[in-house]
Amino acid sequence: MFPDLRGDFPILTRTVRNGRPLVYLDSGATSQRPLAVLEAESAFVREHNGAVARGAHLLAEEATEAFETARADVARLVGAPAEEIVWTSGATAALNLVANGMLQASLGAGGAAAERFRVGPGDRIVVTELEHHANLIPWQQLAARTGAELAWIPVDDAGVLVLDDLASVITPATKVVAFSHASNVTGVVTDVAPIVARAREVGALTVLDGCQSVPHIPVDVAALGVDFMAFSGHKMLGPTGVGALWGRKALLDALPPSMFGGGAIAVVTMETTTWLEAPTRFEPGTQPVAQAVGMGAAARYLMDLGMENVARHEARLAQILREGASSVPGVRLIGPVGDPDRFDVLGLAAVAVEGVHAHDVGQVLDDRGITARVGHHCAQPLHRRLGLTGSTRASAHVYTTEDDARAFVEALAGVREFFGATL
Amino acid sequence: MSLEAMYQQVIMDHAREGHGRGLIDLTAAGRGESHQVNPTCGDEVTMRVGVDGDTVAAIAWEGHGCSISQASISVLTELIEGESLDTADATVEAFRALMQSKGEHLDEEREDLLGDATAFVGVGKYPARIKCALLGWMAFRDALIQARGSAEGATA
Repeated sequence: MFPDLRGDFPILTRTVRNGRPLVYLDSGATSQRPLAVLEAESAFVREHNGAVARGAHLLAEEATEAFETARADVARLVGAPAEEIVWTSGATAALNLVANGMLQASLGAGGAAAERFRVGPGDRIVVTELEHHANLIPWQQLAARTGAELAWIPVDDAGVLVLDDLASVITPATKVVAFSHASNVTGVVTDVAPIVARAREVGALTVLDGCQSVPHIPVDVAALGVDFMAFSGHKMLGPTGVGALWGRKALLDALPPSMFGGGAIAVVTMETTTWLEAPTRFEPGTQPVAQAVGMGAAARYLMDLGMENVARHEARLAQILREGASSVPGVRLIGPVGDPDRFDVLGLAAVAVEGVHAHDVGQVLDDRGITARVGHHCAQPLHRRLGLTGSTRASAHVYTTEDDARAFVEALAGVREFFGATL
Repeated sequence: MSLEAMYQQVIMDHAREGHGRGLIDLTAAGRGESHQVNPTCGDEVTMRVGVDGDTVAAIAWEGHGCSISQASISVLTELIEGESLDTADATVEAFRALMQSKGEHLDEEREDLLGDATAFVGVGKYPARIKCALLGWMAFRDALIQARGSAEGATA
């Protein structure tokens, strides 16, 4: 039995509109933070704050220690060595770091070691049709600036990736394949293996967007076989303003940096600069240290719960949300109901309510104290492909209860009643 | 603040009726067109405004969006079409003030000007929805500027 964790999350005790208790179902957008994270951040700032990796005083040592311990904890969550984790300001920055590094390489930076990051006319960059804008636009821009061609793995009418014709999309000209580990709209967990296998066959790099998977299911980068993975702090019970890029060490050491400044360098003269090894070469300037410490505490909190247990808990919520939503008349669940026992869907449900705009749906839910996300969830192409401009999404996390999930389904049933009665 | 107070009957009626819907070609001396998008939800409207002399002669639009945005465009069309340019400007300003009033009613003079549009007073309490209500008004303001410009060009 998964423990009731609501006591660990102070915000969940507050009331919202009309004095109603908060039913927080917007974890896919941002998750709430447990006391363990808040206290880790606070303790760092109150007792250990100092400049990281600079200076020889005690506070600098303690701050550096806390910063690097957090890195090791975050690395452990995804099965990676600490030296393969780069701190970023978030997953968006992590994905841009890879795309912009490839742009730098394409402009000639990085010498022979950066050869495999170079793209140009005749080369192909592959994404998928369901990507979050953060894992689409950086690649779109890289293609536009280098003359490479952007191609994508399509989705079917249910919004699920079509993987049976990968060879025609991931052609021998493909240099990089960037894709989501789990869709923030359909909730479907991507079958990574065939994409990685095909990418390897043609020598393409693989970049995984782990924003929606790392906080909710066991993720082991070695087992997945990808080359890079981005994930975010604030979606995994940690702070905003921090995220991470995992990458194979040899690749990180060869990828040219695209943000420049102090702390990332070996030798600087008036004319030239040499960089340190990864991850430091990608961390110029002052890092979000307290946030990194908070993200490390979040990783420990999740590991203490056990990601298998978290996944099982959320699979149960997925079942209530998805089966429940799809059984409400006039409600279309985006994506398949899925088989939560196989962990092939996340604990989220994005729905379109017939005849009622997502904003209006959200307003009715909000009136009942239910926080859901409305709009296109930063996935406009996917919504357009499915004939929608937006949807209403409920998304769970470790603190979500079965009652929360049922409240969403019940409220959905009331939405059409409300608008049906007045329209 | 109840849900019913926000979704007043007059708003639901306008959302259904959609006065002025249909992007017909306008014949007024001055014509302008504006396309506005609400980036958070992808809702959009294209509005055409025709000006003859001192009068907003015609308003036509096409778009899709939530009930608040659709009702708001419908109310705008009904209120402003056929009115003087001065009245149109004052009505736009009054509606903007209503959206910024955080749910408080305006003075009697401006409320008279707004007529049915005063029903949107509740929207001002929901910052996320103000953009929905303003979508059509932004399009109108933009199209009107162009229509005036083209009307002046035509008479010059």
